[in-house]
Amino acid sequence: MLELHNGALNVPEILARWYALEASSNYGAYIPFVGTVRAEDAIEGLSFDVYEPILTSWFDAWVAKVAPLGAVLKMAHSRGDVYLHESSYIAAVFSPKRRVALETIDAFVEDFKASAPIWKYDLKNGQRLYALDRSTAIVGAGLLGGNV
Amino acid sequence: MITVEFLGPIQKPVLSMEASTLREVAEVLKQDPSLAEWIENCAVAVNDTLVGSLDTLLKEGDKVSLLPPVCGG
Repeated sequence: MLELHNGALNVPEILARWYALEASSNYGAYIPFVGTVRAEDAIEGLSFDVYEPILTSWFDAWVAKVAPLGAVLKMAHSRGDVYLHESSYIAAVFSPKRRVALETIDAFVEDFKASAPIWKYDLKNGQRLYALDRSTAIVGAGLLGGNV
Repeated sequence: MITVEFLGPIQKPVLSMEASTLREVAEVLKQDPSLAEWIENCAVAVNDTLVGSLDTLLKEGDKVSLLPPVCGG
């Protein structure tokens, strides 16, 4: 399950809804990761662009990868502006055993940061500034310059 | 005719051009100084699938996308 929301995520609603969806599925573990916008560098918030076609195929590949382990992934992300102390990202894994869930949430969130086609901007002094210094080039970047 | 779209922060309108390989697209984009930085740090997708070779063949109606460095979450 992949959800895109305009603006901040309603964390209690999403976590409760996902829990209810799987409450009777006989999973032994439910591990959510909630990303929250922190106050730093005088930002007023963050803003996000999302490219949905490739995000969907990236997520679907992860769903297929963890299915043989008995794990189920869910993810929600914001589009547009998210202000301090609000959430822009939730990922969660359900699995029969805790070890699979713990390892999957770690690997999934790390690959999300490196690969998911989402661009972050700082909201600062009324401007929307691309956070290049905190961004990661996707594997294979530089192809057009002959750098691969 | 193929199209080239610039995702996220690049802030350029969609381009249309004649090209039969990704290498030909690269040669055109290298002529634009405003794209110099992006050419070095973008990944490339054709019809929403990431590709890894300039020899990738293009056909009429294909969509090439440039994906700058990402930072979700």
